[in-house]
Amino acid sequence: MTISIDPQKTNNESLQPKGWLRYFSFSLDHKVIGIQYLVCGFLFYLIGGTLASAIRIELASPMSDFMPRDVYNQVLTLHGTIMIFLWIVPVVNGAFGNYLIPFYVGARDMAFPRLNAVAFWLIPPSGLMLVASYFVEGAAQAGWTAYPPLSITTPQSGQIIWILSVLLLGGSSIFGGINFIATIIKLRRPGLKLMQLPMYCWAMLGTSLLVVLSTPVLAGTLILLSFDIIAHTGFFNPVLGGNVVVYQHLFWFYSHPAVYIMVLPAFGLVSEILPVHARKPLFGYTTMVFSIMGIVVLGLVVWAHHMFTSGTPPWMRLFFTIATAFIAVPTGIKFFNWVATLWGGKISINSAMLFSCGFIINFVFGGITGVALAQVPFDIHVHDTYFVVAHFHYIVYGGTVFIIFSSIYHWFPKVTGKMLNEKLGILHFIITFIGFNLCFAPQHWLGLNGMPRRVAEYDPQFQFVNQISSLGALLMAISTIPFLINVFLSVRNGKDAGDNPWNALTPEWLTSSPPPVENWEGEAPLVEEPYGYGKEISEQK
Amino acid sequence: MLNKNIYLILIISFVFAISFWIGFNVNLLPAEASINAPIYDELFKILFIIGLIIFIGMTIAVIYSLFKFRKRNDQIGDGIALEGNLSLEIVWTIIPSIIVLLIGLYSYNIYDRMGGMKELNHNHEMMSSNTEKIWAGISQTSDNEIAINNLSIEVSAMQFAFLFNYPKGNFISGELHVPVDQKVSMKMESKDVIHAFWVPEFRIKQDIIPGQPTILNFTPTKVGKYPIICAELCGPYHGGMRASIIVEEVSDYNEWFNKNKKPEVNL
Repeated sequence: MTISIDPQKTNNESLQPKGWLRYFSFSLDHKVIGIQYLVCGFLFYLIGGTLASAIRIELASPMSDFMPRDVYNQVLTLHGTIMIFLWIVPVVNGAFGNYLIPFYVGARDMAFPRLNAVAFWLIPPSGLMLVASYFVEGAAQAGWTAYPPLSITTPQSGQIIWILSVLLLGGSSIFGGINFIATIIKLRRPGLKLMQLPMYCWAMLGTSLLVVLSTPVLAGTLILLSFDIIAHTGFFNPVLGGNVVVYQHLFWFYSHPAVYIMVLPAFGLVSEILPVHARKPLFGYTTMVFSIMGIVVLGLVVWAHHMFTSGTPPWMRLFFTIATAFIAVPTGIKFFNWVATLWGGKISINSAMLFSCGFIINFVFGGITGVALAQVPFDIHVHDTYFVVAHFHYIVYGGTVFIIFSSIYHWFPKVTGKMLNEKLGILHFIITFIGFNLCFAPQHWLGLNGMPRRVAEYDPQFQFVNQISSLGALLMAISTIPFLINVFLSVRNGKDAGDNPWNALTPEWLTSSPPPVENWEGEAPLVEEPYGYGKEISEQK
Repeated sequence: MLNKNIYLILIISFVFAISFWIGFNVNLLPAEASINAPIYDELFKILFIIGLIIFIGMTIAVIYSLFKFRKRNDQIGDGIALEGNLSLEIVWTIIPSIIVLLIGLYSYNIYDRMGGMKELNHNHEMMSSNTEKIWAGISQTSDNEIAINNLSIEVSAMQFAFLFNYPKGNFISGELHVPVDQKVSMKMESKDVIHAFWVPEFRIKQDIIPGQPTILNFTPTKVGKYPIICAELCGPYHGGMRASIIVEEVSDYNEWFNKNKKPEVNL
């Protein structure tokens, strides 16, 4: 492949709007697109969070009394779909990937800037379409997994709009993945070796491979499902001889790797944040790279652990148990390395650091319940219960969302040239951490003792614990207030950050903050040691 | 140096002690009412203790680092330029691998004791044809003789109810009555969407799939009334899709059975 686009010409400055208007334009600047992803994702996070609050209000009492039962199923379907496809995946991949990857490889933009803009602009319409489907005939109500035959028998318009929306979002994700792979492999600054790249590049390379390999399978599956709904074919419809378990295999072939599409970039981001604030090199760079690739390979062969109660042959259950449990090994290596990165550092205890450490604690907890869930006999009791709900929220919220906030505190000065207020940031962390654990830790007990997931009503003996959980959810909702106040105040009146407030060594900090359109005034710097803290030489380059 | 090691050993023994104490004294599980339940709880206890050791250990390490290595106001400069340590990396690759492997083997053993690893042999000749594929749940029976003595029940699930057909008594019940300490063999089929049969006190669950019968065997060990819960999203009233399983003494069960039994219909 040759690089046909001269990066100097990709941003025809006279044609691009200036100021805040550029964020509403078909901008080709990777930095603008990154912010577009982030802000768009955050707006959908607020919608998804409102839906989550509605769920927790409904579950504050044992009866189904807050909303109609079919609306409750729509709410939980939309909550899951929005949080995964419109908040976490676009933000950890699209937002931070677009903003950071060109800096990290020493390029002036992504490999395919137009594809990049298309990938972003697919998101707002498909997200709005998904939300608006509620007003047509009711939104999809078969859960984010859309298992047939339920998804075939519930009202069709909602389910079809859901499929269309997820297809577009999947397309956006594939475009992004191709772009990241091309940029990391092909646009590296001359002299920059692969093993000198910041860890987030490796995480994004691994993630993008997963995206490109598995998302097309989801797309194909959903197209077949839509045929079953519209054209009355019988791929997954048992009445016409279809097989419902085949759908589950195809769906999880994407949707398990999707978990790694959500957490691997977070692993990359935390690897950038910890060394800067601990003033120490990232511990075990090489093993970190290999463990990412190990997770990518293993992540593709574990999907059937979502189906242990579906009726799978014993050998298959055994294989998927062992494969799943072994993911704990490369993941564990990463966590030990992060703790070793902290060990002996000179740690600044700020919002970014606190959210990253909160991530480590929450994710270790979620990882431990994950290893337990991988064991078939363990899973058979708690499958499809609140234990599973608690487990994956520890992974995606306690893990990834904590890292998204940590990253916002870390890179806000880069993007705006202003510092975020530390006191409000620490307040944000404390409320989020307490609220999160109060909300989800008790749910493990609920699942073990007999509360299934996706229910609007439950036995009265679970009421007290559910109310604790709802209280936690309330704190989580409140925690966004100091964050939003902080962002709005700091954008206008924040303390000037200077170019490199953290004295970081990764390449995005070796230019002005905010950076110029071409990323660097002169040639991109060659950063051979992005984590060379504690050494005298490296900063001069 | 000696002091440091003593502190480390003290902390590690503290973590182990507290994890074992919690593991043995905190019960997070409901009553045990089937043969499966004590086996499950044994696995749970082991996983709980290992999990606690890792979680408490990691949390202490993180909080200790934040505290001990925090940057003091008068400090400038960076931490030590330590980029890695091969022997440490090897240690924390191999030890977790061994733990994970041992857990895997142990849970295989547990699963085998639950009867999950037995291949389903085709002892259901009474059903329409031998070619009918039946997918296995746990607690398979491979022994034909036992299978004959089993209480067999046919379960049909629909939005939003379970029906239990007792072929020997030629009647259908909305409540599942079973005698204590006797193996029950259920063939389950769904009339519409996917449901699941879950009894938390029995620690068993099996999806009920349309167009694909599934089998679930269990042996209740404790007299009482337990909830049967649908665990797979099946529509608006999913949360209300409940039934009860009533485990009775054999005499009580026989009385109930004979009261409901219908005479064979001769055609």
